[in-house]
Amino acid sequence: MKTYNNRAWFLILPVIICVAFSAILPLMTIVNYSVQDIISPTQKIFVGMEWFRSVMRDSDLHGALSRQLVFSLAVLLIQIPLGVLIALAMPASGWRASLALVLIALPLLIPWNVVGTIWQIFGRDDIGLLGHAINAAGISYNYTGSSIDAWVTVLVMDVWHWTPLVVLLAYAGLRSIPDAYYQAARIDGASRWAVFRFIELPKMRNVLMIAVLLRFMDSFMIYTEPFVLTGGGPGNATTFLSQYLTQKAVGQFDLGPAAAFSLIYFLIILLFCFVLYTWMQRLGTGDQK
Amino acid sequence: MTKNRLSGALLLVFVLLSLLPIYWMINMSLKTNDEIVGVMTVWPNHLTFDNYKTIFTDPSWYSGYINSMIYVVMNMVMSVAVALPAAYAFSRYNFVGDKHLFFWLLTNRMTPPAVFLLPFFQLYSSVGLMDTHLAVALAHMVFNVPLAVWILEGFMSGVPKEIDETAYIDGYSFPRFFIRIFLPLIKSGVGVTLFFCFMFSWVELLLARTLTSVNAKPIAAIMTRTVSAAGMDWGVLAAAGTLTILPGALVIWFVRHHIAKGFAMGRV
Amino acid sequence: MARIELQQLAHAYRPNPTVPADYALRPMTMTWDDGGAYALLGPSGCGKTTLLNIISGLVKPSHGRVLFDGKDVTDLPPEARNIAQVFQFPVIYDTMTVFDNLAFPLRNRGWKEAAIRQRVEHVGAMLELSGDLKHRASGLSVDAKQKISLGRGLVRPDVAAVLFDEPLTVIDPHLKWLLRRKLKEIHHELKLSLIYVTHDQIEALTFADQVVVMTQGEVVQTGSAQDLFEQPQHTFVGYFIGNPGMNLLACTVADGMAGIGGHHFPLPAAVWQALEPLQHSSGGQARLGIRPEYVECLAAPQDGSLPATIISMRDLGTHYLAEFQLGANRVAAKLARSAGQPGAMAWLHFPPQRTLYYVNEQRVA
Repeated sequence: MKTYNNRAWFLILPVIICVAFSAILPLMTIVNYSVQDIISPTQKIFVGMEWFRSVMRDSDLHGALSRQLVFSLAVLLIQIPLGVLIALAMPASGWRASLALVLIALPLLIPWNVVGTIWQIFGRDDIGLLGHAINAAGISYNYTGSSIDAWVTVLVMDVWHWTPLVVLLAYAGLRSIPDAYYQAARIDGASRWAVFRFIELPKMRNVLMIAVLLRFMDSFMIYTEPFVLTGGGPGNATTFLSQYLTQKAVGQFDLGPAAAFSLIYFLIILLFCFVLYTWMQRLGTGDQK
Repeated sequence: MTKNRLSGALLLVFVLLSLLPIYWMINMSLKTNDEIVGVMTVWPNHLTFDNYKTIFTDPSWYSGYINSMIYVVMNMVMSVAVALPAAYAFSRYNFVGDKHLFFWLLTNRMTPPAVFLLPFFQLYSSVGLMDTHLAVALAHMVFNVPLAVWILEGFMSGVPKEIDETAYIDGYSFPRFFIRIFLPLIKSGVGVTLFFCFMFSWVELLLARTLTSVNAKPIAAIMTRTVSAAGMDWGVLAAAGTLTILPGALVIWFVRHHIAKGFAMGRV
Repeated sequence: MARIELQQLAHAYRPNPTVPADYALRPMTMTWDDGGAYALLGPSGCGKTTLLNIISGLVKPSHGRVLFDGKDVTDLPPEARNIAQVFQFPVIYDTMTVFDNLAFPLRNRGWKEAAIRQRVEHVGAMLELSGDLKHRASGLSVDAKQKISLGRGLVRPDVAAVLFDEPLTVIDPHLKWLLRRKLKEIHHELKLSLIYVTHDQIEALTFADQVVVMTQGEVVQTGSAQDLFEQPQHTFVGYFIGNPGMNLLACTVADGMAGIGGHHFPLPAAVWQALEPLQHSSGGQARLGIRPEYVECLAAPQDGSLPATIISMRDLGTHYLAEFQLGANRVAAKLARSAGQPGAMAWLHFPPQRTLYYVNEQRVA
């Protein structure tokens, strides 16, 4: 059971100062801009909720939003189970574990524009290994021309790029389970599946929640990699929410609607995360700490 | 025992597939631009180290690496230092507004970085921290600190409270208990947190580019130069990308014992 | 209920152990009787948990064999050995109810639900968990969780031995007593062999019929609490058991007399007979051991008494704890009455029947 102690605020204070300082100010600025029409730095007119209304009515936005939702859902459905599976397959200690850790983490370390660039070349039929190999195998594959191919490529690229994050989190979670649990399970005669279901999965609940929320947020905000790879195309087949926002803001350079959109964007993520968070907390009720 | 063979095979396949694009990047880094866009070769026809030479000899390139290293390490240390006590508080205590505070912390990670661009620019300009490593390190704390608190709290909650109490009964002072007993129990969490703080700060482009101009320009920003230059310099970009992996690989190597289980250290 | 035999059992982490230090567990041969309660007592790192894990099958010994009722189980995994093990902290399945926790081992072995229910309820009643059977195991207190851990072991009727690895470590002191009593009850009722690892001598001495004292991978003595207290065969046993432990003083033996710090007293004939060879071999060097409980303090010198100075005299309510300076040695004693103030002289007498002699840590007389 947790003890009730308001003095815990002192331990939290450094964090609050750092984060609030750098988070509240921008937020206030954004809110400020989102309700004004900024014709020039000196000419600002208060327009209330007008930007919010126009943003919500935008049909292009709806398209980008639905594409984004499908993408994020696919990301979660593939990366979480795959990441957990790989983490389970990794040895617990020894040089093999160290080697696997380093190799698996490599994709995470590449700057995101380079990630897009590599896959851009990698997927091309004429000069890329992947594109060439697939077409040589008889499957017609062209990520610039076909929407489906573009989607698949973006997804595969994201899986390659970010599954290691899930693997690392799940692996760390697994390693923090004391041996005694596995030993007791052996004595109880538990099957491998039972060990996973009753020991490993429950004990990984915390890290899995972090993994799910992180992957959701980051995939929902994804910009650089698909932008470099497909530019959002063909057409707007792979234009997700972030790119749509940038197009609007940079293209028209209108701070007001851009700010309103940013706020809405943020609130959508917030809403989903809150739902996911509460749902996953509920999954483990009864656990008093 | 077949389970082990199956696991081993699965792992091998995954690692090999995972390494494929990396091998491709290394491949590209050893080719000339003409060859890259000209033909598809599994190994360079004309092996060249020119791309790497460019990076090592051009100060604007290698200073990028150094700059990145500096502010990333600063950020790692600051983020984890600040996050540890906070995570402990969240894990062990109930207090007014604790759940809401925790979730608010997470929301900072949910914000698209573009949102912070302009305000940060104005903020850091006004306090004279523009183009410094500290500025980027501080700015990156916005998303790294919540992540660190989040991960650490998860691992800390896995340690039973009885251990804290037993230590106090045994006469440990809080700092001694925290360092000698508590931290070793959550070392997987600390290892993974350190790596993630490193990683997210290392690859972050937007804020780092906005807050720096000359002195503290990070490698990620420099790499975007190749895109806007006349004609894409694929080879140099690939070489730079390859070199970017190295520091991160080192970090993982150093924290590996924290993440994986140490050598069997059971009590006898 | 099993007779456990350990034959030439040893465990080393390296393949070719040569010196004793290479062994985590030095070669030993021992038999534990059916239904007995044994304690493995020793400081941290002495090998007791390794020994326990070898018996349970979690660790395979590098040398020797383990037999249960005459059957060689050395190569068998834990689940085939009919043992149960309780660990230092409660190991329970968080997502299951108490009932499901207790039923788990039986379900894994294919029991029918009706039989499971009966058995679980029986064990639950024995452990006073009946009211909690429907609750989620994760919400219970620590001692209740430890009872569940124990229950999972007891629920299998074919369990031959229950092994405990310092199970009361995380339990509150006032609950420890209750749990210990419960363990004794269960021991009487089910007549299982119980092997209990601990570094707490009180736990060991109150719980077990026989205590196995270990240090640095070696079993130094096995015996009842009384044996260990009155007749420690090894200096470690003397030092470790008792509070404070046995006084160990350097002494020389020569010509029927023992000498400490220049003062001498006569040795009984039988004792001298055993110690005489020392005079010639090692110059008569030995260690004298006497428990503080048996040290006598005299107000005036007598034959065979040793002069000492009082260093401290503390009133502990039921007795006085005194510390004396005897030559170069310090001697602790438990006295019924105060013997004087610090700084005063006193004369110590070591009753011959309570005085033991050791050479190279082993008892010789």
